[in-house]
Amino acid sequence: MEGGLGLLGVSGGGCSGASTNESTVSKVEVVVDAEASSYPIEAELELGLGLSIGGGSVGKGKSSVWGECGRILTAKDFPSLVSQPHRGHNNNNNNNNNSNATASACVAVSGTKRAAEPVSHEGESPTSISKLLCGSSQVVGWPPIRAYRINSLVNQAKASRSEEDKSFGEKDKSNDASKKICNGNKTNATGNEKGHLGFVKVNMDGVPIGRKVDLNAHTSYETLAQTLEEMFFRSTPPVSSMGGEKQQSANLSNLLDGLSEFVLTYEDKEGDWMLVGDVPWGMFLSSVKRLRIMRTSEANGLGPRFQDRNGIQISKPV
Amino acid sequence: MNYFPDEVLEHVFDFVTSHRDRNSLSQVCKSWYRIESSSRQKVFIGNCYAISPERVIERFPGLKSITLKGKPHFADFNLVPNDWGGFVYPWIEAFARNRVGLEELQLKRMVVSDESLELLSRCFPNFKSLVLVSCEGFTTDGLAAIAANCRFLRELDLQENEVEDHRGHWLGCFPDSCTSLTSLNFACLKGDINLGVLERLVARSPNLRSLRLNRAVPLDTLQKILMQSPQLLDLGVGSYVNDPDSEIYSKLVTAIQKCESVRSLSGFLDVAPHCLPAFHSICPNLTSLNLSYAPGIHGSELTKLIHHCRKLQRLWILDCIGDKGLEVVASTCKDLQELRVFPSDPYVGNAAVTEEGLVAISSGCPKLNSILYFCQQMTNAALITVAKNCPNFTRFRLCILDPTKPDAVTMQPLDEGFGAIVHSCRGLRRLSLSGLLTDQVFLYIGMYAEQLEMLSIAFAGDSDKGMQYVLNGCKKLRKLEIMDCPFGNGALLMDVGKYETMRSLWMSSCEVTLGGCKTLAKLMPRLNVEIMNENELADFSADHTPKVNKMYLYRTLVGRRKDAPEYVCTL
Repeated sequence: MEGGLGLLGVSGGGCSGASTNESTVSKVEVVVDAEASSYPIEAELELGLGLSIGGGSVGKGKSSVWGECGRILTAKDFPSLVSQPHRGHNNNNNNNNNSNATASACVAVSGTKRAAEPVSHEGESPTSISKLLCGSSQVVGWPPIRAYRINSLVNQAKASRSEEDKSFGEKDKSNDASKKICNGNKTNATGNEKGHLGFVKVNMDGVPIGRKVDLNAHTSYETLAQTLEEMFFRSTPPVSSMGGEKQQSANLSNLLDGLSEFVLTYEDKEGDWMLVGDVPWGMFLSSVKRLRIMRTSEANGLGPRFQDRNGIQISKPV
Repeated sequence: MNYFPDEVLEHVFDFVTSHRDRNSLSQVCKSWYRIESSSRQKVFIGNCYAISPERVIERFPGLKSITLKGKPHFADFNLVPNDWGGFVYPWIEAFARNRVGLEELQLKRMVVSDESLELLSRCFPNFKSLVLVSCEGFTTDGLAAIAANCRFLRELDLQENEVEDHRGHWLGCFPDSCTSLTSLNFACLKGDINLGVLERLVARSPNLRSLRLNRAVPLDTLQKILMQSPQLLDLGVGSYVNDPDSEIYSKLVTAIQKCESVRSLSGFLDVAPHCLPAFHSICPNLTSLNLSYAPGIHGSELTKLIHHCRKLQRLWILDCIGDKGLEVVASTCKDLQELRVFPSDPYVGNAAVTEEGLVAISSGCPKLNSILYFCQQMTNAALITVAKNCPNFTRFRLCILDPTKPDAVTMQPLDEGFGAIVHSCRGLRRLSLSGLLTDQVFLYIGMYAEQLEMLSIAFAGDSDKGMQYVLNGCKKLRKLEIMDCPFGNGALLMDVGKYETMRSLWMSSCEVTLGGCKTLAKLMPRLNVEIMNENELADFSADHTPKVNKMYLYRTLVGRRKDAPEYVCTL
């Protein structure tokens, strides 16, 4: 389960592995792990009441775990997610929400039918906490953390968030707009690691507010670039209002080919800004810390293509 | 052995304290059974439904101290609905009725009502120690009864319980004559505390060794308490928010410096991290540090703190320490034996640590024997390295937040990595798996994990064979808990006798059907096979019976329990 998308146990089977769902199907989890798309996906889906893994047969191959995967889910499958309010979540829901919506795959893990809906847990506070945390249903029982501990963290986060609002001014916390639940413990002066997979920040030159994209939802540069293009150039949410620069398709075309006005770069573990696309995807994933959509004119010396464009070899940017 | 008088045997048996050893003693012969049973004072019941209180009392008339565990382990993760069971009241009531001289009660995952606590407080005049771990069902009113009535109370230890807090007055129920407290832990209480009452209680408890405060206790009270009790061994700081330039802070620094005996530090439930240097003076003495409830401590403040903790043996921390922070731990804490790294952001699915942190710890801390590690990703290579560096693991629990994630570099399943762990760590008793895993890993576990007692599996395996390897191979298996794996009746019914050698088996969201469970229940009358029916449309399987959502089976000497709720069906 990754990327904050968690499990979407949408009632009515809104996002099942098959494109048709019986609405009588009880809560089902849908699952496609983007990384697992490299594994053979069972072409045949068993549709039926309560998705099951391959029905009654017990001798299943490895793909059985992935047997429920029908197709990669895209943002179109979850129109409700985008507008779904995150109760009590921090004010940066929008980032997460939109990232969720635009991520090209819904990442979670399937079980057999699961009562991910809190109702079956009779008002135990932990499950309402889980809804609070990501606004969608979870795989019940995962991750295996004591409910007491989870509640504690959530309560502490709420308390400290109100502390921050009062500008309590802890010097370790940067004013990170996209803070997560546990009061910004991932952002601090010493550059503490955060999970370098999963959501990373994306900033674009000229746009004051950044976004976040779930790298785990992608398996290649192409899909990532596409997502970013959609996020920054084509979508209309207020966040990507770009002042006077109305970027239309003409300007963006392809972030990866170095021909548009913008180029996609990333900051790696060592703090250097690199051009996206040079190294294998897996290696990129393991070293990327955050992304920046940079104006090509500012992207000095980020690769041979820029020599051509500018006609001069320029030194690496700071 | 007939030529030894009973008293001599009893005296010898007194030196045998572990309940497992005493169980072995009692199996030698009838007279040893008789002597051991009549002299045993401390009893451990791993499953409160395996036996009845009456039979326990009958067998152990000298009972003074009892540990009871209730709900299955996965109840911690919300897999067991409310009212499932695990009520302690019948036990306390039976003890009271039979005039057991109960002095110590330790409960885990049980439902404890205020009524039970009141009964407990009134019926056992020598009652000394109450330890509640992960329990629920009581309020501070119950605690008030304990405080008021247990005249010789030494220990009140509340760990991670869900307590309804009626605010404050319970602490004042300790009478002025109560001076016997050695341990007071109320960190899990959410409500306010009368600070003056707390200070006075501490002041009249000269034997206080362990004190863990809750969030309602601020820094200045902490300072006063520490001045009163410099003899503390174990301190749980409540709220730790203040201005480092203030007078209170400097008084605190002085007070802390006097606490030369503190070996264990925890808490910091609200924290202003720049005040942490106050604790640097006691860090060199610490053997145990638990900062897993302190998300406010991170970055450089955290590493500075850890730099001073050279004698640390146990560290519980949040993953915001990061791989780099774990490297600091690895280079500083050479005596480290137990490490737990918890996620600070469990649902968003980003853990700040990866396989690198684990490898660093394993190479820096050769004495490591117990680990619980929530991480973003893992690789086979890392696990193989860890296995080589630390062959002494007795507990190895790895939780990759995405439960079916493959090796982050090779994209292979993590079978080989875990295989290396079980192969290298011959003394492994507890194992939790995660990541992409096939039947192969279970083959390894069955082959090598000879001492394995508890195994937790989720989202792993391909077929019944996986579970079969484990049941066949792990001779010492006591607890097996499985969620979301493709194991069905074939595995469940392969060796039904095995379950009587185990405490319990949990299977949820697997392929087991009602038919299979019924068959098992019929074959094994001394097992309780409990099925939990929830409001779900059942999915029918090859034997035309529905798949079972949750099954919990356990061996028992007393048949089906009478307190099961409606949704639990004992077959």
